[in-house]
Amino acid sequence: MAAADQTDKARLDEAFSQLYRAHLRDVYSYSYYRVGNHHDAEDLTEQTFLQAYRHFERAQRESDGRPLRPWLIRIAHNLAANYYRDRSRRPQTPIDDAGVISAPHTTEALVEDRDDLRRILAGVDKLPDDRREALIMRFALGMDNREIARALGRTDGATKVLLHRAIRQLEEIVKRDEGPTEP
Amino acid sequence: MSADIESLLKRALSPVEPSKELEARLEGTLGSLVDMAAEELEAWELSSMRDPRNWVRPVAAAAIGSGAAVGLVLVRTQRRRHKRRKESDSPADLLSRTVRDLAREARRVADDVF
Repeated sequence: MAAADQTDKARLDEAFSQLYRAHLRDVYSYSYYRVGNHHDAEDLTEQTFLQAYRHFERAQRESDGRPLRPWLIRIAHNLAANYYRDRSRRPQTPIDDAGVISAPHTTEALVEDRDDLRRILAGVDKLPDDRREALIMRFALGMDNREIARALGRTDGATKVLLHRAIRQLEEIVKRDEGPTEP
Repeated sequence: MSADIESLLKRALSPVEPSKELEARLEGTLGSLVDMAAEELEAWELSSMRDPRNWVRPVAAAAIGSGAAVGLVLVRTQRRRHKRRKESDSPADLLSRTVRDLAREARRVADDVF
């Protein structure tokens, strides 16, 4: 019996290792865009995997063969919410140093391009939490509507509407921040 | 416009790679959990770690910069697991000792490698 338990635990640990390897970048990207800095994103990522490990057996049992990425991101989402509540804070600096934005640019076109991306990120930062998160899941993690719906605990239909409204609102914010255009 | 903004979003929100230091730290912590018996895990109270002040962060691991070094830290840390388990009086204590060992080994490997 004890040997069987050990085998089950070994199998579970191996499955968890695979989940970890497959989704470390997803969890980190989500965390980074949620909290806006690498230091807190690392803590959030670490906590997410510790929580996930603790509840992995049950999640696997109840997943019915469906991918576990939405479950993992939901843990990160809940921890990020606790994080802000406990510390009564929001990101103190806008997200601006990830990937392409921090890369050195030389030509005028590239500078303009970088400014466009910066405006987009500033706009994302101004969105309500649920809309911002939906965009992060779609564009940073490449999750489809069904996965996002599971991560946010919504229906597929409600998620589609949420994404649509998030993009519309972001367009308005970006347009407004650009100021009136010349006739 | 919508297509424009979607392509801009895709580029602005590009995936972010975690650092090697984070990978090493996480693998070490998860490795120590894998070592714990099921009943120890049951007793392990994660709620005590919800407080950000208690979050695990062995800063010395930041000195690690290569995959080989990361592996070495983990191997050395794993070697001491029986001693740690014997000395610890609770799962939380075991985790804390493991993290301390990781930090110490990270410093040693950093001295050796760099």
